[in-house]
Amino acid sequence: MSTSTRRPRLHRQEHLTALAFVALPVIGFLLFTLYPMLFSIYASFTDWNGLTAPVFSGLDNYIAMFQDPYFLEAMYNTFYLMIGIPIGLVISLALALAMNRKMRGSTFFRTVYYVPVISSIAAVAILWQWAFNGDFGLINQTLALVGIDGPNWLQDANMVKPALIIMAIWKGLGFSMLLYLAALQSVPRHLYEAAALDGAGAWQQFRHITVPMVRPVTFFLVVTSVIAGSQVFVEIDIMTPTGGPEFSSATIVWYIWQKAFDNLQMGYASAMSVVLGLMVFLITFIQFRLNRRNQFSID
Amino acid sequence: MSSQRVLPSPPPLKPESGLPGRRSTRPASAPADAANPPSVAEKRHRLGNILVTVILSLGAVIMIAPLLWTFSTSLKTREGVFSLPPQWIPDPFVWDNYVRIWTAGPLLSGIQNSLIIACTVTVVGTLFSALAAFAFAKMRMPYKNVLFLSQLAALMVPFPTLMIPQFTMFASIGWVDTLLPLIVPFIFGNIIMIFFLRQYLSSVPDSIIEAARIDGASFLQIFFRLIFPVIKPAIAAQFILWFMAVWNDYLAPIIYLNSPEVQTLQLVIANFNAQYAIQTDYPLIMAASFVALLPVLIVFIVFQRQIIESIALTGSKG
Repeated sequence: MSTSTRRPRLHRQEHLTALAFVALPVIGFLLFTLYPMLFSIYASFTDWNGLTAPVFSGLDNYIAMFQDPYFLEAMYNTFYLMIGIPIGLVISLALALAMNRKMRGSTFFRTVYYVPVISSIAAVAILWQWAFNGDFGLINQTLALVGIDGPNWLQDANMVKPALIIMAIWKGLGFSMLLYLAALQSVPRHLYEAAALDGAGAWQQFRHITVPMVRPVTFFLVVTSVIAGSQVFVEIDIMTPTGGPEFSSATIVWYIWQKAFDNLQMGYASAMSVVLGLMVFLITFIQFRLNRRNQFSID
Repeated sequence: MSSQRVLPSPPPLKPESGLPGRRSTRPASAPADAANPPSVAEKRHRLGNILVTVILSLGAVIMIAPLLWTFSTSLKTREGVFSLPPQWIPDPFVWDNYVRIWTAGPLLSGIQNSLIIACTVTVVGTLFSALAAFAFAKMRMPYKNVLFLSQLAALMVPFPTLMIPQFTMFASIGWVDTLLPLIVPFIFGNIIMIFFLRQYLSSVPDSIIEAARIDGASFLQIFFRLIFPVIKPAIAAQFILWFMAVWNDYLAPIIYLNSPEVQTLQLVIANFNAQYAIQTDYPLIMAASFVALLPVLIVFIVFQRQIIESIALTGSKG
């Protein structure tokens, strides 16, 4: 700070240059995030078809939303699909533990498990739609080998969500596995050695050393997967283009998209998108609060 | 934009630190020879390795099976698809499906459009992001933290919340059904990249910048001569991830693009899927999907190390 009084002219030049360097991202933020966000909030209180000017309608959209069985169903479906998140985390931690051993071929396995992560969700949705085909799909043909008559996954209101969960776990496994692996490799070996000397068995070492040490990664993965999970769209649109049998696979973003761009109920869709935004904000906020307490208790 | 808008807090890259795969693949225990028979612990370790390898191999088969099934289906006849028991090896091989896809839909223009969008966005956006990261990390400026935190907060706003106003904005200036709405908002920079590079730059000592300033270098010169070469590996890693995210995007293109000739590759294959499923031309659909997967698969195989290290760093201190 003292230098800034001694060399004001030089610093003014630095200030201006720095502002010029950050100007574009800041303008981008104002134009494509802040303004649309404020507009969404405004539009959520209007009756608006996107073609004519919005007409103020107060809380009508919000009241309609909670009486709209499709909206409630889409909400329910979105949260239901998140069942895959904890399952995926457990499997990926197990995989990371397996790959953390000193053994041949771990690079190869990492690559193979990571391929679904980098594949486009559109292509993945298409190939899983085919895999879930009731008569000739890969899944049912495999099940037939062990004498199970598989369901018609995507046409069955009870099976469509489990099908989507299976696919999501398959797609995301490599990502969380990799983060867990990186975390495991930074756990100091002497912790395990000390625990072993104190007579801790494998399970106790896992529970009292491994799980707490990878907790930051678990936290990161839970936050990002819940946020991503609240915005599932592509696989729904491609695999069940009508929202699934009895609307059983429609997610909240799919419903917003349908209302906005198919039915031109832009005001109503904006209200739902604001609720989605609030939801994401709340989830993030709560998880950060919880994490603060967790970290405190570890220390 | 991408389905995974994450909030990473990466530590600076340390190439020598224990990243996955960097360690020697040789087992810790020395190979047993006649003079030193393996101890019980070594035997157990090796037995464990075999067991783990078997389990990981089974998992690997599950991970890769849908992709192999896609490829295998893409080489079948339309009837071969329905044969029982399923054919893993097509009989006969129908390479013709890979010829038909180019005339069955606008696949080529889809690839072109995806390339135009992804290249423009990432090249221009990366330059602006790196400049901003440099300013945020190393330069004095008023309201620096306010500006940076507001950008960071933007990460929390999901794209679906913004898409309706963005759409009407672009509709009012007549940009719908062009590639512009998919390019323009993103060339202003990418906050994830800015954040990552800013963290990375914190390991660069201020003194070298001060020294260059005393020598009379401008900040732009400092950026291109000093900073850019230092952060190149971090830029490369983020660049590839961003490129793949844009390439794989689906929601934004489906909102803006209607005419077949402007659609991106992801939309083209989705349309293939909708159109040819009715005709049960599954080999054609699978061939198109496989072609759509190939570019990222190749990029991944070439840049595997950078991608994996960058991902691992992104979350390891989450």
